[in-house]
Amino acid sequence: MTWKTAVARRLPATRRARVLTAVGVLLAVLAAVLVATTGGDDKASPVRSSDQRVEVAAAPGSADRIVLDTTAYWPDTGRPAPAVLLAHGFGGNKATVRSEAEELARRGYVVLTWSARGFGASGGQIALDQPDFEVADARALVDWLAARPEVRLDRPGDPRVGAAGVSYGGALSLLLAAYDPRVDAVAPQWTWNDLSDALLPNATGAGAAQGVFKKMWAGVFFSAGAATPLGGALGGPPAAPGTPAPPAADPVCGRFTPEVCAVYQEVARTGKATPQAVDLLRRASPASVADRIRVPTLLVQGQNDSLFPLAQADATAEAVARNGFPVEVAWTAGGHDGGPAQTGWVLDKTADWFAKWLGSDAGAARTEAAKATPPGPVQPGPFSVTRFGGVDTNTREQVVRIASGPRYPGIDGSTRRSLPLLGATQTVVNPPGGAPPSISTLPGLGALGTLGQLGNGSAVGGFALDMPGQSAYFSTAPLDAALRITGGSTVRVHVSGADDIVLFAKLYDVEPGGNAVLPYQLAAPVRITGARDGRDVDIRLPEIDREIDAGHQLRVVLTATDLGYATPAEPATYQVAAAGPVTVPSAAGLKPPPPGYAWWTWGLPAIAAAVAAGLLLTVRRRRADKIAAPELADVPLRIDNLTKRYKGGKLAVDDLSFQIERGQVLGLLGPNGAGKTTTLRMVMGLIHPDGGRIRIFGHPVTPGAPVLSRLGSFVEGPGFLPHLSGRDNLDLYWQATGRPRDDAHFDEAVEIAGLGEALDRKVRTYSQGMRQRLAIAQAMLGLPDLLVLDEPTNGLDPPQIRAMRDVLIRYATDGAGRTVVVSSHLLAEVEQTCTHVVVMHRGRLVAAGPVAEITGDGNTLAIGTPLPGKAVEALAGLPGVASVEPEGEGVLVHLAGAEPSAVVAELVGAGVAVDRVTAKRRLEDAFLTLIGEQGK
Amino acid sequence: MTADETPGGTGAERNGSAPGGSAAVAVDTESHARAHGYRPRHTLPFRVEALRQLRRRRTLIMLGLLALLPWILVIAFKVGGDPRRDNVPTLVDVATGSALNLTAFALFVSTGFLLVVAVALFCGDTIASEASWSSLRYLLAAPVPRARLLRVKLAVSLAYSALALIVLPGMALLAGTVAFGWGPLEIPIGGTLTSGEALRRMAVVVAYGMVSQLVVAAVAFWLSTVTDAPLGAVGGAVGLVVVSNIIDAVTALGSWRDLLPTHWQFAWIDALQQDVEWDGMVKGSAVSVAYALVFIALAFRHFERKDIVS
Repeated sequence: MTWKTAVARRLPATRRARVLTAVGVLLAVLAAVLVATTGGDDKASPVRSSDQRVEVAAAPGSADRIVLDTTAYWPDTGRPAPAVLLAHGFGGNKATVRSEAEELARRGYVVLTWSARGFGASGGQIALDQPDFEVADARALVDWLAARPEVRLDRPGDPRVGAAGVSYGGALSLLLAAYDPRVDAVAPQWTWNDLSDALLPNATGAGAAQGVFKKMWAGVFFSAGAATPLGGALGGPPAAPGTPAPPAADPVCGRFTPEVCAVYQEVARTGKATPQAVDLLRRASPASVADRIRVPTLLVQGQNDSLFPLAQADATAEAVARNGFPVEVAWTAGGHDGGPAQTGWVLDKTADWFAKWLGSDAGAARTEAAKATPPGPVQPGPFSVTRFGGVDTNTREQVVRIASGPRYPGIDGSTRRSLPLLGATQTVVNPPGGAPPSISTLPGLGALGTLGQLGNGSAVGGFALDMPGQSAYFSTAPLDAALRITGGSTVRVHVSGADDIVLFAKLYDVEPGGNAVLPYQLAAPVRITGARDGRDVDIRLPEIDREIDAGHQLRVVLTATDLGYATPAEPATYQVAAAGPVTVPSAAGLKPPPPGYAWWTWGLPAIAAAVAAGLLLTVRRRRADKIAAPELADVPLRIDNLTKRYKGGKLAVDDLSFQIERGQVLGLLGPNGAGKTTTLRMVMGLIHPDGGRIRIFGHPVTPGAPVLSRLGSFVEGPGFLPHLSGRDNLDLYWQATGRPRDDAHFDEAVEIAGLGEALDRKVRTYSQGMRQRLAIAQAMLGLPDLLVLDEPTNGLDPPQIRAMRDVLIRYATDGAGRTVVVSSHLLAEVEQTCTHVVVMHRGRLVAAGPVAEITGDGNTLAIGTPLPGKAVEALAGLPGVASVEPEGEGVLVHLAGAEPSAVVAELVGAGVAVDRVTAKRRLEDAFLTLIGEQGK
Repeated sequence: MTADETPGGTGAERNGSAPGGSAAVAVDTESHARAHGYRPRHTLPFRVEALRQLRRRRTLIMLGLLALLPWILVIAFKVGGDPRRDNVPTLVDVATGSALNLTAFALFVSTGFLLVVAVALFCGDTIASEASWSSLRYLLAAPVPRARLLRVKLAVSLAYSALALIVLPGMALLAGTVAFGWGPLEIPIGGTLTSGEALRRMAVVVAYGMVSQLVVAAVAFWLSTVTDAPLGAVGGAVGLVVVSNIIDAVTALGSWRDLLPTHWQFAWIDALQQDVEWDGMVKGSAVSVAYALVFIALAFRHFERKDIVS
């Protein structure tokens, strides 16, 4: 049956190809949809720019001029547009803000960038945003803008202009707003309010004069100005290539003004504030002109910033709000200590701010009105905080979410909660020379510094180190509920032991396991004087935004040294005790953004569901006559015009029709390949006929038709689960039919199988014959009304064949009206077992009827004789002989009543030698003849 | 799907052929429509199919292997000592931290292949093996309606796949408790989760694992209806995962990779950190469910029309 297997193999192959094609098309469509919706990233359009050198006074009142290297970016709005002065960060130059400038220009602003004096190709010396120098330069640039026809004017000489910048440039924008009333809005980022306070901080609030020198940061700052430009650490991306810093005139002071240089050297040498230093730094600070900053102000401050912490922006926000002008505050990720800078988001925010106060006439008019008539203090806000979620394994980046609310609560928060601190009075040692130091932030180390914000509770911030013996520890009880700290906590401690005590206060988040995390590595330095005999001081702990989970503790640590600061070199011991609770602020009303998912997150399953439904609903169910024929209700099997054509065109069954009555044992006879098995498979509903119909007890056969439950079948070999015993196989098969166990008649089936004890062995150990018998037993489970067996005696030995024959005959003839169909290619088997026969050949019905009818009444004798001619003569006239014909080495005698003995006697009497006499039945003849004819 | 279950069979058993008795005198057609007690809805009960599959050697070996793996890991860590932390924090660094850590690690090392093979085996083998044993045609001629056969087999296969995804972490919890003690989950990049919270997260992880493996299950199941070679179906599904992983490694494809069936298979790691990030798991579930729907529909469509020639 090789052609069958060949067909069988090809059948799924072609369908598979079709299905694969369908899947491919589906995926292509999905992909196309995806492309169409996501779209290619549109290339940023080029922006027209022009370079110009603008001369400004080298110093106030001086006739000397220096040249500022500027670039203006022009929007293509076609009418006068508001302008933005975009200042660069410390160590950068005009090129470092090019992309931001271009983007703002694309959004409709004239953007003027320039290299600040002492940077890039500009002349002059770095004066640290002094009003007389850098601020005056910026005012000159406003003048320049006022003279440009492309720039929109509020009035002659007063352009509609905003100022923005990061760090050094941010402070400049605030100072410009204070010194030049023509400025209409500012958007400084990551900058200071009071530079003296930033470089000489004191968290007791005692001021910069008693500050602790932030030596590492100051050193980084100074060296950046003195030598080659430092990369982005001080705000803004690294300098563009091709813009080398002019050679430094002085190897120590570099491009700093002598005043700045001298002040720095003095402070760095002593580690202490000098009045000159504080004075110089205050002059460069918006704090010194706080009441003059009278413009809408967007303050973007980094949370990971030990140089200009959040408190710096807080002071500016408070000042501007007090002046009655709108303030928006955003705490971003990143900062001078590194981390994701949210550049795009900040740019959008900045552009929105300028759109509101520069682009909109209403906004500009409000500002003008407020400037004309000083308004009362306003509530600062809105406020937004960038918060870190977990790491997304897909992008391998930490997820950033921006929570926002309408009001800026300030670093004291909108609500406060006091948590008692536990811990006895502790002795803290300041080691000689302040070494080895404890470690909080490592300024300027970029990536290393960012580790502190990895995860909400990262221990990789393991660079935070409190030297044992130099530190005092105070903890709260584990929190009973999660608490989000937004702002700067405060704590009161009692300190004694020296006149000049420097401590670094840190607020740790301590996990239940003991792992302590210092948020953003921030430490608050304090200098306490006059505390030899003990003094209570209030300390403002670093400002953070952090969720403290339930069960965590807060730990306040005061340590005597820090790598980043100048600490007293004299060895000393201090006593430190908690004098009150730690008070932690929270900001109410901050809402995280709703989680959003790409459209396909919901769309894809929906599309897939639609496709799936389509696949299932468009199944072309083959037209099958589902109507029962009641008149055939008693006909076990009726086949009408059955046709099956396999793929490839071969007709396996061709217009086959026959009918079986109850009680019959029908033999389906035909050579291999006659279509017997295909017919039986169609009877079982396994394969779909191409034409015709099959009815069992009047009910049409379709795949899974309930009437099949009245059919027991064994077709083309047994099918068992090899890992189960014969008994379990029968048992589970019957359970799979879902019918009552009592209907199965297991005992009878088991008896037919005749497997004895082997029934409890695994089927895998069975011989072919054993499986065969088990399969027939399975077919007989439930004593089906119609039993179909395909070559049932294959693989059985002669006694078993005989027994099986008896079983089948008995099955059909025990009066229960059951019917058996047996297919076979063996004539003898059919003849001995069956009452009726259907002969098939090449898919067609050749003959059908009772076996006896097909066989005929009489027999045929094949008589071997050397004299066939004489034998024909001798027998021709004999009564009871229908015909005689020569065949091979003898004659074929068809008897019509004559006894074989009489025929032999006649031949012998006629002198014909008889070698042998064999009975030859007509069915075989008919079979061979029919097949032979068909074969021609 | 239930078109085969023609209505009106309820009276059949009343009048049906008595066991072994004479049915020749049956009068009304309904009694001819089906054998006594036959109800399409009652064929191949879930329990029976589960039993048929359970005693298979490959089922037991696969479940046994998954149950054994945590113990092998425990022995490996006991012999090899604690893993050394290197620069990039991974789950292996903290695998010996606690039972929960071992569980996370066991899931981490199994997700990419072992669990895929398990799911592909349970779902790819189910129909193809019946076809190869020839038992499929006897089930269908019993008759078990084709759609019902698929439904039950799919349900049983998914149940075994789910079992595989429960056995592994379950046994890892047990082995880890014995070897490293019960404790909070240590997170590679720092921090810990309390054991109660971590257990809840593990439940999320296992649930996501089940959803994300749906695509493997569906492809294997579809292949199982297409081929009569069980290993072909299993291998095909595993091969799809391998190919998808390879394509996923081509980072130049960018966001196209989001649609790959295996792109999100490790998204459950997002649940094992202080803040659960749902984005990856939501997207992964969407992709997996989408593929699964299509392939399961293909399986039903194909099987419904298929000529059973095995």
